[in-house]
Amino acid sequence: MRAETAAAGHNLKRTQINWFKYSSPQTFFPLAAKLTPWFGAAAVLLCAIGLYIGFFVAPTDAQQGDAYRIIFIHVPAAWMSMFLYVVMAFWAGAGLVFNTRLSGMMASAIAPSGAIMTFIALWTGAVWGKPTWGTWWVWDARLTSELILLFLYFGFMALQAAIDDPRRADKAGAVLALTGVVNIPIIYFSVQWWNTLHQGASVSLKSAPTMAATMLLGMLVMALGFWMYCIATTLLRVRRIILERERRSDWVAQYVRTMK
Amino acid sequence: MLTALRCVIHRDLLLAMRRRADVLTALLFFVIVVSLFPLGLGNEPNLLRTIAPGVIWVAALLASMLSLTRMFSEDHADGTLEQMLLGSTPLGVIVVAKVAAHWLVSGLPLVLIAPVLALQFDLHQSLLWTLTLSLLLGTPVLSLIGAIGAALTLGLRGGGILLSLLVLPLYVPVLIIGAGTVDIESAGLSAQGHFLVQGAFLVIAATFSPWAIAAALRISAE
Amino acid sequence: MLEAANLECVRGDRTLFSGLSFSLNPGELLRVAGTNGSGKTSLLRILCGLLSPTHGEVRWQGGNIGSLREEYWKEIIYLGHSSAVKDGLTAMENLMVSCTLAGLTIDHEQARAALRCFGLAECEDLPAKVLSQGQRRRVSLARLILSDKLPLWILDEPFTALDTAAVDYMQTLIAEHVARGATVVLTTHQEAQIAAATLVTIDLTSRIL
Repeated sequence: MRAETAAAGHNLKRTQINWFKYSSPQTFFPLAAKLTPWFGAAAVLLCAIGLYIGFFVAPTDAQQGDAYRIIFIHVPAAWMSMFLYVVMAFWAGAGLVFNTRLSGMMASAIAPSGAIMTFIALWTGAVWGKPTWGTWWVWDARLTSELILLFLYFGFMALQAAIDDPRRADKAGAVLALTGVVNIPIIYFSVQWWNTLHQGASVSLKSAPTMAATMLLGMLVMALGFWMYCIATTLLRVRRIILERERRSDWVAQYVRTMK
Repeated sequence: MLTALRCVIHRDLLLAMRRRADVLTALLFFVIVVSLFPLGLGNEPNLLRTIAPGVIWVAALLASMLSLTRMFSEDHADGTLEQMLLGSTPLGVIVVAKVAAHWLVSGLPLVLIAPVLALQFDLHQSLLWTLTLSLLLGTPVLSLIGAIGAALTLGLRGGGILLSLLVLPLYVPVLIIGAGTVDIESAGLSAQGHFLVQGAFLVIAATFSPWAIAAALRISAE
Repeated sequence: MLEAANLECVRGDRTLFSGLSFSLNPGELLRVAGTNGSGKTSLLRILCGLLSPTHGEVRWQGGNIGSLREEYWKEIIYLGHSSAVKDGLTAMENLMVSCTLAGLTIDHEQARAALRCFGLAECEDLPAKVLSQGQRRRVSLARLILSDKLPLWILDEPFTALDTAAVDYMQTLIAEHVARGATVVLTTHQEAQIAAATLVTIDLTSRIL
């Protein structure tokens, strides 16, 4: 019979290979603080350029007039909303596989950004619909998929909010996010199929004006801007989550003291 | 492995038989929800015929979701779930047995009673088979996907409402294709393609969800 | 051999224990003591693989139980706080089901004999909902009689709700199993009188070994 008590300590973590260096919340926390302003500035700059291209450089559309210009917000937001779900599922899955705490925190931090992007895509879609088709909401395939995507984001956030233990919240969220990611293509195609069955392709965002090169450029710049914005807000949020979850640790206590 | 599978199915059916009221409640809910639609929408026969597949499918979705919360919660509360997690049988197999039993108890009765309800909506007789078959292929998928949500929300505050928030968006493809199968047949086209898609959904769900359910159960039981 | 290496368990905001290491050889009995909330149940759940520790690992015959999974669970029996007895099933059915889940193939005769050992001869066909708390406990403990081949028993408060006679019987059962060369881990508040060659106590409150 052998029994001993080893000193409690975090010396295990130090021996991890360098690759995982920033997977520790403690090392990532200051890095995130350093990166946030850069991404924030990039977001402001790119969005300004994108909006300038969208409102002043891109030509007026023959059919829709200036109303179409909302696509410079609508389309990039829709792109980001789907992209962010995949990124969120990636982090959540990585957390499940490698058991790194930071991955789960990243996933929780991305979710609100994703939901906001989805909401923007839905809202601008409705605003676009009013002058174009005379109605706020059309059961267009893309709008409907966006709506379901919004529900998926809400489900993820509600599940995490309902679980008190952060470790369980991360893992449960990961299973849900991965299930969602398998489902999203299926949802997308079934909604598209449903749309062709019930409405025909007559009313669809696909009938948007044929893309001029400047329009595409504007949308791409805006998408980059949104991307930078999402990274910046995610980093802000992940810092808050790190502080909250690590509140018992010495380094957070020290950090809080220096803030005073 | 098969012994454990058979044992769990047998046990769950036995428990359900000894508490028949629970099974009937979900079935009655299905019947009542379906019967409410004509009251809300009026009794115009053409309208009723058009909405019948959608109404029956949505009601089936809700009814099968109602019974989901019970799927693991009792086993969780009395400690049986722990024994299942620590059994010599892979958890995936146990989970398949649980889902199968759940479907037999709460999915199959819906499938069987749906044609009778469809008659209330004056659905054409040739479509009754299509409706039944589409539900037969679709309701197991509902049980499989729903079980993931049931496992994730195990033991949480307000689990039931949260469960519907998680699961209903994931039900969308099943609903669309399921109700669409009847729609397309009523439009005079062949529904064969849709049955194939439904079959594919069933295969995909049966392949992936046992993993997800098992993982979720281990997470929730910690 | 069961080994715990540098285990740490954090529940919510509280570190229940950390840096906990021990190893148990065949024929050894480990009694986990401690006040309420000191982490006895958590430790047992970690040892059987229901709960993953915040740090450290549990090894069985040299292999991490996280990767052994079913290989490990085949060899252990864990009886937790809740008795895993279903209200809707009879005592007999409950025992048969729990044995099948554990991978034990037993016939009705064996099950009946096990129930009889725990004084449940008259109750075997009664639904569990009419049984008393102590009787329900006995139904789940009856599985131990059928698990004499398993090299590791992990028992959480096996003596609660039992009367003196049953407690005595449990103690002999455990002593016999340890004498057979198996390992037993248990938690208890009572001062258990178990005749075991090697009895180790871990007190989680003060961490005295």
